Amino acid sequence: MSNQDLELVSVTKRYGATVAVDAINYCFKSDSYTCLLGPSGCGKSSTLRMIAGHESVSDGSIVLDGRDVSHLPPAQRGTAMMFQNYALFPHLSVLDNVAFSLKMKGVDTAKRHAEAREMLELVDLTDLAARLPDQLSGGQQQRVALARALITRPQVLLLDEPLSALDPFLRIRMRGELRKLQKELGISFIHVTHGQDEALALADDIIVMNNAVIEQAGPARDVFNAPQTQFVAQFMGGHNVVALPDGHFAIRTDAVSISAPTDGAVEGNVTAIEYQGTHVSLSAMITGDQEILALIPDSTFFANPHTPGDRIGLHWDSKDQHKLTA
Amino acid sequence: MKKLRGNPVISSLLMVSPLATVLLIFLVLPIALIVIVSFWRATEFSIIPAFEFDNYAFLFGSPVTYTVFFNTFKYALITWACTLVIGFTVAYYLAFHIRTLTWQIALFLLCTIPFWTSNIIRMISWIPFLGRNGIANSTLKSWGVIDEPIEWLLFSDFAVILAFVHLYTLFMVVPIFNTMMRIDKSLIEAARDAGANGAQILWNVIIPLTKPGIMIGTIFVVTLVMGDFITVRFMSGSQSANVGRLISNDIALLQYPSASATAIVLLLTVLITIAILLRFVDIRKEL
Repeated sequence: MSNQDLELVSVTKRYGATVAVDAINYCFKSDSYTCLLGPSGCGKSSTLRMIAGHESVSDGSIVLDGRDVSHLPPAQRGTAMMFQNYALFPHLSVLDNVAFSLKMKGVDTAKRHAEAREMLELVDLTDLAARLPDQLSGGQQQRVALARALITRPQVLLLDEPLSALDPFLRIRMRGELRKLQKELGISFIHVTHGQDEALALADDIIVMNNAVIEQAGPARDVFNAPQTQFVAQFMGGHNVVALPDGHFAIRTDAVSISAPTDGAVEGNVTAIEYQGTHVSLSAMITGDQEILALIPDSTFFANPHTPGDRIGLHWDSKDQHKLTA
Repeated sequence: MKKLRGNPVISSLLMVSPLATVLLIFLVLPIALIVIVSFWRATEFSIIPAFEFDNYAFLFGSPVTYTVFFNTFKYALITWACTLVIGFTVAYYLAFHIRTLTWQIALFLLCTIPFWTSNIIRMISWIPFLGRNGIANSTLKSWGVIDEPIEWLLFSDFAVILAFVHLYTLFMVVPIFNTMMRIDKSLIEAARDAGANGAQILWNVIIPLTKPGIMIGTIFVVTLVMGDFITVRFMSGSQSANVGRLISNDIALLQYPSASATAIVLLLTVLITIAILLRFVDIRKEL
């Protein structure tokens, strides 16, 4: 474990009687992109805000670079935050927005403007330095917010749902830029999101939170491929949760294949068929009123098409069957 | 009739006509009348319709006018400074230190309670407090702070400005509070994230964003103070004068043309003052 790591040690947040974050432990890898993923109200934003210092820690500590930063003011922690609605100062030009933290430190105008220009170059906004935030598009505003956060040279950049205010097309482009920037800068990014596709696309590591605790954490591929709990399997999507005699299992929808009724592991009735371009999604009802979704490559399906009501067999490899603990 | 209603020009004219009529009768007409009368000739016993500049010539030729205008500006400036400091502080406290909306509303309503009584009553209630043998003087005497009653508490410029500040601070609180409530709280967090301390946040974020509210409050207070005459009369014990008193004296002496001329000059002065103020801050966003 290197010194640069950010570590949460049984960090707890209580608002009166309700517990928003319940004694979570996690060690963030240095120079990595981590996504905090979960439904709204799961405590992911509170966790991020506690790391940033905008929310007090009720219990436990946050250790960054070997220091306990839990009770330091935000600016002294070595973190910087990018806010959900960007929180750009509407009365300041783009350049002054970016230079704001240097102004607060008392850096003289010429020097802080030069440094802010460098930052704007990094996010490719040099031409718009004199504009006011109102005169920028959503994507441009976001890049200003990024530049403003990065000018403090943070060790960890905290992003609170940074893409949720953008339209879908821009969202995909911006997430590419975020990922590229993280690699270039070589600092840790911690990104809060409720979209699993966003998390999978961006993150080295994913932390899935639910009901104030971490449900599962690990490399993105492990979290998607081998969910440990029913919640994670359902939230990440692309999985069937099946109750079999020896417990609950998660099976990826694209690992399920179909065959003649008697050849499969289980038998079922086709209930719905949906053509999705590259794949066909087939729902089947198996015994015990459980629905199973099979994602079948379209060529395979149309070589031997089925219609709702058909009796089919479903099977999958036992290595694709992941036991769920809860 | 149907054809009339179908015509977009006529229907829009009809739609603006009620407001236009009200403004015409209650604003344009009286001002026009005052302008006309200000050019009339007046003697001790008669008023003669005419078009001459005697009233203005007399007004601008008299040193009293300049003293009185200076006094008016002095009251406006000092009152503005005091109401701004108090009003901003109150609004800041309400907007940023009171956390729940319920308490914000409750405390805000508390601020408005004095407005349930009339201006004059609130003004007069200062007299027993500030008088020679009033509560203030007798308390100070009993504490041993002073031996002789302080003379300048009542019937002085101090009393006038005190009453103005008391009467008009709320006109500063309301617009500033309103603007502050619209400031996105995450801006404060963003400033703190960038390392700003409380004073820096106030100076670099809150004050610039509150400027339109400050400007609206300023216009309220300046126009109210510059147009006032009753406060100055009561609280100065008729020892000081502002333009309003000049006009009211003229009216008492039935010198309507002279009063009109003074009123027109005052009106223009106030309009110019507001025009200058508006050059500094764009208040359109607030309206």
